[in-house]
Amino acid sequence: MNELIPALLRGLWITVQATFGAFALACALGLILAILRRARIKWVSVPMVWLIEFIRTTPLVVQAVFMWMALPRLIGMPLSALTVGILSLGLHYSAYLSEVYRSGIEGVPRGQWEAAVALNFSPAQKWLRIILPQAIPPVLPVMGNYLIVMFKEVPVLMAITLGEMLLAANSYIASTFADGIVPYSLVALFFLAVSYPSSLLVRLMERRLNRQRGTQYGNRIRNRRSRIRGERTV
Amino acid sequence: MIEVYFEKIVPLMLRGVPMTVLLMLYGTLLAAVLSFVFGLARLSRFAAVRGTASVLVELIRGTSLIVQLFWIYYALPHLGVELPKLPAAVIAIGVNYGAYGSEIVRSAILAVPREQREAAIALNFNSYQRMRHIIVPQALPRMLPPFGNLQVELLKGTALAYFIGLGEVFYRTMTQLNYYLYLLVPIFTGLLVIYFALSQLVLLLYRWAERRLAAGRM
Repeated sequence: MNELIPALLRGLWITVQATFGAFALACALGLILAILRRARIKWVSVPMVWLIEFIRTTPLVVQAVFMWMALPRLIGMPLSALTVGILSLGLHYSAYLSEVYRSGIEGVPRGQWEAAVALNFSPAQKWLRIILPQAIPPVLPVMGNYLIVMFKEVPVLMAITLGEMLLAANSYIASTFADGIVPYSLVALFFLAVSYPSSLLVRLMERRLNRQRGTQYGNRIRNRRSRIRGERTV
Repeated sequence: MIEVYFEKIVPLMLRGVPMTVLLMLYGTLLAAVLSFVFGLARLSRFAAVRGTASVLVELIRGTSLIVQLFWIYYALPHLGVELPKLPAAVIAIGVNYGAYGSEIVRSAILAVPREQREAAIALNFNSYQRMRHIIVPQALPRMLPPFGNLQVELLKGTALAYFIGLGEVFYRTMTQLNYYLYLLVPIFTGLLVIYFALSQLVLLLYRWAERRLAAGRM
């Protein structure tokens, strides 16, 4: 017991690092995917649709193990489990987040796009000053949801030897010959202790956002959310 | 190299597909039942039923599937409940996705217009008849698209059975991998394509069911 809890806390810290690292990657990559998907050139947008679908409908474990074994060979140098973990988790959820961005972008009224054209904005100005500032705030709660989903998905990365909580519990069991009840229950408790309050926080954020901008705005957000393909809840 | 891949490895991988599909079907069955049980319980008149269901759902959703799988397969035997691999995986997957599915059932039922419920009461339907003949048939078409997505998540979740050594596609591939490391990229690509094909098949079935259910209704 004296060794178990510090080991789990170390695992929790690694889990948190992996979650935030992967979330940052997923946010950036998801935005790129979402914008490329809207490209007018069919040769860009159609492959993007299928790429997103492919990433989204195949298991993260398989993708992670694939990258863990193939990436070091490809670039000719060893990579840490945390690096590959962040890359694979980030890539996997970038596909989900691109759908979230898409729904946000599609919710921006047409007049705003026309205004950007009328004002002779460059594509970069159009996206950074007009579209994204209106597209992202309404979907922030959904993005928060995904942060929690990703947090709970990290133990899958024990397959690539990432030293998160479940692996820590396993090592403890292997070295002390203890039975799994206490270690695994504690892991579950730690996950619950982080993810449940976080999900309440996200719900609060959603309610705040709705109240701030009035019910009409809330309805618009709800419409946007119903358009997100494959949305996962927490 | 190509012969080895298509004549040796692909058949070996495909031999795991029936187990993946079986796990998915049993898991889906359990998840569907639990979705309705939890979903309806959370709408119950009785606060105790509602509260219990909500706590259970939050408990399940707040912890990861893989942690639950480890708990059921590696910890439960010490409490005297020893489950073989397939039932352990089915229970973990069914319970986990059932908890997520309960939210789909709950919100679809809440989305049925209030007048329908009032009309059923006016017609002197009892609460079972109300659900069975009025509410659920109208809520069902609304449930299908999110259930389709959840089922794809469930299919992806079956890959976690690898951790308890159940011989599904991923496990079968991993046990063969060491002999064919030079074919690493084609092997994993093939594995991903298998999952992709299964997912598309699932989504296709749901789209077909949606069309069937929507016919004459919307």
